[in-house]
Amino acid sequence: MLEVRGVHTFYGQIEALKGIDVTVNEGEIVTLIGSNGAGKTTLLMTICGSPRAAKGTITFEGRDITRMPTHHLVGTGIAQSPEGRRIFPRMTVYENLQMGALRTDPKYFKQDLDMVYSLFPRLQERQEQRGGTLSGGEQQMLAIGRALMSRPRLLLLDEPSLGLAPMVVRQIFDVIKEINRRDKMTVFLVEQNAFHALKLAHRAYVMVNGVITLQGSGQELLANPEIRAAYLEGGSH
Amino acid sequence: MTVQVKDTSAATAPNVLFPALKEAFIASLLIVALGLPLLGLKADNQGPDLVLTKRWDLLGIAVAVMFVGRFVLAFLRGQKAARQGGLPQEKKKSGDNSIARLLNQNAKVLGLLGLLCAILMPFVIPDANARYVIFISTTFMIYIMLGWGLNIVVGLAGLLDLGYVAFYAVGAYSYALIATHFGWSFWICLPLAGLFAAFFGVVLGFPVLRLRGDYLAIVTLGFGEIIRVILINWGPVTGGPNGIGGIPAISFFGIEFSRGEGGFASDFGLEYSSMHKIIFLYFVILGMAVLTNLFTQRMRKLPAGRAWEALREDEIACRSLGINPTNIKLSAFALGAMFGGFAGSFFSVRAGFISPESFTFIESAVILAIVVLGGMGSQMGVVMAAALIVLLPETFRQFAEYRMLAFGVAMVLIMVWRPRGLLAFREPTIRLHPKDHQASVKEAA
Repeated sequence: MLEVRGVHTFYGQIEALKGIDVTVNEGEIVTLIGSNGAGKTTLLMTICGSPRAAKGTITFEGRDITRMPTHHLVGTGIAQSPEGRRIFPRMTVYENLQMGALRTDPKYFKQDLDMVYSLFPRLQERQEQRGGTLSGGEQQMLAIGRALMSRPRLLLLDEPSLGLAPMVVRQIFDVIKEINRRDKMTVFLVEQNAFHALKLAHRAYVMVNGVITLQGSGQELLANPEIRAAYLEGGSH
Repeated sequence: MTVQVKDTSAATAPNVLFPALKEAFIASLLIVALGLPLLGLKADNQGPDLVLTKRWDLLGIAVAVMFVGRFVLAFLRGQKAARQGGLPQEKKKSGDNSIARLLNQNAKVLGLLGLLCAILMPFVIPDANARYVIFISTTFMIYIMLGWGLNIVVGLAGLLDLGYVAFYAVGAYSYALIATHFGWSFWICLPLAGLFAAFFGVVLGFPVLRLRGDYLAIVTLGFGEIIRVILINWGPVTGGPNGIGGIPAISFFGIEFSRGEGGFASDFGLEYSSMHKIIFLYFVILGMAVLTNLFTQRMRKLPAGRAWEALREDEIACRSLGINPTNIKLSAFALGAMFGGFAGSFFSVRAGFISPESFTFIESAVILAIVVLGGMGSQMGVVMAAALIVLLPETFRQFAEYRMLAFGVAMVLIMVWRPRGLLAFREPTIRLHPKDHQASVKEAA
């Protein structure tokens, strides 16, 4: 469904991605793990077109999206929950969700809203509250909910667990699993929380310094001693 | 001071008196120190000599006023704190917000009420000062309209524009030039002036698309100056510093406000009065301002307008949601400029004479002050701030040079009490549970 082939990305002179190949098949949850500064977010941003890939191609459902402007991406069926959530703090929860549905047919709005509220009942309770007054976990729910409002076929998530309490992380990962199972949503998940991400994912990639060093099924990587040492020591939090 | 208040709240109620006295005493000392040179001593010229007059009575009054005022204030606050046992500061803040919220929530009713007053005003005002009051109200309306126009750019889209007066100037000169050269009526020129201004809005918008905040402010400031300098130096077309005079006056949709046959008065069987034109001008700008407001209110509910607000909050999120920031920014610039252009052409038809002097930076600053003081994005706030900025200096006119002082003090006070503007509370565009839910809606800090 999503094919990243030989992608190089530069920040000025610095090569952040050094020839990345990643494939996401329809119906899968694929995760990309790695430490700080490995280039995980850069890959996600490159898929979205900012920064642009200097070399290589990115195709989505057979369509070349390497040079597509970021704001056209939603129309192709890709939705993104960017790093740091980036909800609209002065708008209410409801308005935030409306913003997510800006490029979709209004006739689906009610149905999609109900779907998001059923996934995150908390958002419904708080629908008139300002985005900025939500807790971190609620903001993350809102960011995912907002992305889902555009009826995507591929959902890109950048560190949904960032700065959240373990219990909230579990709750959010349960929802990701749920939308994948029930709605056949394809998910590409960038995570630092390797333990949860690997448990959830069908397949996983490990990135170190802009290079994919390992790949395999989530279970395989979870059992891999190298991975255990590098990313999982310190417990299954 | 906070410390003292905390003391009182911690102690038992009878202890409120002493800290209040102490606070009042300290405040009085301050007044003595400040007032001695300012109030107590006055130097007068008597011929060649400088005579020092001592005005201890004045100083005494000031100290007494300060002491009593401060004491009462501190005493009441202390009592309240002692009763509630909480931090009074916080209580006060939420109280202030509820006023703003109340005003915003009832904006529709208040707006209609205000509109009704504005419509009835010319008919109920006593004849003696009617001309003056309507003239000032017209100026007031121009500033409201400019404020609402700039609110699109600054308040909604969050693009700090320090050169808004440029669009005002473009509108004014468009009408003046077209009307004097081709003799077209105001009603044909008005949309043209708006179009020209919108075009200039896009011209300005393109190069500054990538800029935000301070950088954007500097470029727009420069743009405003460029337009003014062009107006001064392009003598053959704009008349240079002398401006353009003899701009045709407004007509009642083709019927002129003139004495005798074929004029407005004789056509409608009225006795001729120069007031007709002034009142008509007032209604024209009132209508234009109301249209500006309705347009903005409507836009806020539509995707394009919603995108302005989203863009102000987070550009990256906007992109990821499929909003093209280029189009959104340009549309905000263009529409804001368009309303500036409308107001400009109204300005020139009213004045009959325009020159670059009317379009200096201070005008931009005043319009921006209206938007900021009112609370960015608040339509009602713009009206209140415009009232303050236009009407306050007028009210204090008899105090001559002190009126600008009062104006400055008012501005400082607003920024102290309501640092985010008079009505900084952003009302959601949609209320889901109109009444019962409001109580549970929490406010952003």
